[in-house]
Amino acid sequence: MNPFTPSAPTPFASAPGPTVRAVHDEFHGDLLEVSMGPQHPSTHGVFRMVATLDGEQLVKLKPVFGYLHRNHEKIAENTTYLGSMPYTDRLDYLCSMSTNWAYALAVERLAGQAVPERAQYLRIIMAELTRLVNHSCLVGFLFNDLGTSFTPLLYAFREREKIIDLFESLSGSRMMCNYQRFGGCRVDPTPEWLAAAQQLVDNFPRFLDEYERMLTGNEIMLARTQGVGRLDATHAINAGITGPVLRASGVDYDLRKVDAYGFYAQFDFRVPLGAHGDTYDRYMMRILEMRESVKILQQAFKRLPAGPIMDPKAKLRGFRPKAGEAYGRLEGPKGELGFFLISDGSPNPYRYRVRPPSLINLTLLEEMCLGHTIADAVVILGSIDIVLGEVDR
Amino acid sequence: MSAAALTDSFLERAPLALRDWVVNFLPAPLQWLGHHLITIIAVLAVFGTFFAFTTIAERKLLARLQNRLGPNRSGLPWIKGLTLFGLSQPFADAIKTLTKEDIVPAAADKCLHFLAPVIVVAFSLMTFAVLPFGRHLIPVELDAALLYFFAAGAATELAIFMAGWSSRNKYSLLAAMRALAQLISYELPLILSVVPIVLVTSTLSTQNIVLAQGGWTFGFLPHWFVFTPWGFPAFIIFLVAALAESNRSPFDLPEAESELIAGHLTEYSGFKYALFFMAEYFGLTALSGLGVTLFLGGWQAPIAALQFIPSYAWFMLKLIGMLVFFIWIRGTLLRLRIDQLTRLAWQFLVPLALLNVGNAAFWILTASWSGPLQLIRWAISLAIIVIPFILLGRTLTAGYAPRTYRYAP
Repeated sequence: MNPFTPSAPTPFASAPGPTVRAVHDEFHGDLLEVSMGPQHPSTHGVFRMVATLDGEQLVKLKPVFGYLHRNHEKIAENTTYLGSMPYTDRLDYLCSMSTNWAYALAVERLAGQAVPERAQYLRIIMAELTRLVNHSCLVGFLFNDLGTSFTPLLYAFREREKIIDLFESLSGSRMMCNYQRFGGCRVDPTPEWLAAAQQLVDNFPRFLDEYERMLTGNEIMLARTQGVGRLDATHAINAGITGPVLRASGVDYDLRKVDAYGFYAQFDFRVPLGAHGDTYDRYMMRILEMRESVKILQQAFKRLPAGPIMDPKAKLRGFRPKAGEAYGRLEGPKGELGFFLISDGSPNPYRYRVRPPSLINLTLLEEMCLGHTIADAVVILGSIDIVLGEVDR
Repeated sequence: MSAAALTDSFLERAPLALRDWVVNFLPAPLQWLGHHLITIIAVLAVFGTFFAFTTIAERKLLARLQNRLGPNRSGLPWIKGLTLFGLSQPFADAIKTLTKEDIVPAAADKCLHFLAPVIVVAFSLMTFAVLPFGRHLIPVELDAALLYFFAAGAATELAIFMAGWSSRNKYSLLAAMRALAQLISYELPLILSVVPIVLVTSTLSTQNIVLAQGGWTFGFLPHWFVFTPWGFPAFIIFLVAALAESNRSPFDLPEAESELIAGHLTEYSGFKYALFFMAEYFGLTALSGLGVTLFLGGWQAPIAALQFIPSYAWFMLKLIGMLVFFIWIRGTLLRLRIDQLTRLAWQFLVPLALLNVGNAAFWILTASWSGPLQLIRWAISLAIIVIPFILLGRTLTAGYAPRTYRYAP
């Protein structure tokens, strides 16, 4: 007898059209349709869920997005390659460093541009710091969705603030870093910056320990997240879900291992895998990945070579890659972040396409939520980790 | 100084003396009216101010728990540079909320929408009538004080339902349903947790319950009910149920911010919102006051030697302690889901509270045991409550445990 188990198993089928219920008598009254969002405290931006409720239970959930559509791809097709770099900051505004890198990776592949060794290391440092920012924020927001009065979130923000200060002192901007360039990076960090970053990374596990001691074993937390929002591996693979959400379902797919882009092949780190695919697994994936990121960062600081940060042959002004196409992808904090470019030899890309992990991970929201209560839907949405700038573009 | 002189010192009698002095200016036929009016005004003034400072204390304490500073800027108007640690913040908040536009949704039931905040404040204030704030300070000496308190306290939840229903807003409606489910689930453990005290003291009068907790062993071990094997579990059950009754974290489901925006408060603004806010704190203060009265010795001093401090000061100190505890809980815990909330009440708190009533009965039956038998009495009494607590707790968290994870090969 387990009093906390949800009363109904999650059905993995949502028929299109009006939802039909088995029971409809005077005791089971009408269904209630609630439009959650676009203005709602926990839709993480301007996302909207049209939820049909039977009491508190969800019988149908329709995600509606596009409220933040900014014509990102069309703008990029009308701008030079370099001109789009600051726009990519605005895709996933929590992780601009890795979004920059994904775009740079695609352009470098298109133009056959080499990247010097020091720049590769700097990129890995920035990407892993970004992962720490993203995951610590996500975990904080997840607890907010679970109903804490901001306490875990503000502890996460304390750590995020330190990393963002580093980004600011390096790139001049806290969130919109615009740091990567085709063939290298924009600014070389000073030894003082590197020492400060090293110190931050050394202290980060203490924050994780504190966080886990406070929250991971909490009974309410366990009861609210374990068994909630299950996603099985088959569904996840078929829907193209990537990143921690996919790995929580037990699928071993991490582009840092699969593609070994950049210098990731030289680093020693592990990929944590979940077994149940529920909200708790998705939460733990983030915590464990942060611990692995700390390991990567420490290796990177140890081995960071001297040298140029830009390839001398790299051309930024008047950059015209040969006609052709290229797809550059990397393991962003939210999943596989890819840029597909077609060049016709002009200064602008002929076609510019983003593969946003947030949007694709969101597609199975209804399957994860059905049968659970409205309170769980909010938590499941929080555990998927979306940023509306990337979903709507 | 003799004990009688200690307990009836000038300070102890000062509030009463002041009231009698004022009342004596009135003509004799109106003196009863003045007597009651002054009591009402005093309760309103003291707890109105107390409410104002509870809000700032909550904001500051929560901020400290969350690695922030909290409000620290508001000072006095026209004096630059004077910040008073932000202590004038509640007055600024009051002016702000009172001058805000009052918006009533077009589809709302205007009458109920207006009545709900009035009723919620009225009933939460009514509960103060039976709390003994000091040796001589109790607004109304009722024989059935406890029954009265719970009746008035439960009525506030009905006002929350009114608010949710009349707003004609889906979030408010969901909040109203949750509020009712919570009311039905948690009234029971709340009242059952108090039954042992009624059994032992054989009175429903709050003042007599406090008097029953007087006295000290060796002058420093107070005879408060919380220090008995049946009183401590009752106190814990009371605390949990009080948290749920006053809709505070982790039971703040009716106004679950991350799910229902502001729950039953979604369609309220300005003055009416402030009234709800006020009622919530009044309810919390009243329940804390009841907890202090029933379990923590009310206005009794913790040590015999500290009796020279007036009794109402002790009551206030204990009340503040309880409120700080509630604020701490709010800054720490996360929210339960509605099914978990009701299961916790029906499958855990109610059986435990019922067992605890039996426990108190055992305690009364064995009142004559002394010497080594006293130890056996304690052991049996503890066993009655601790073993079911562990067993029930296991079933409640069965299947939930932190997991270990594998890594990709």
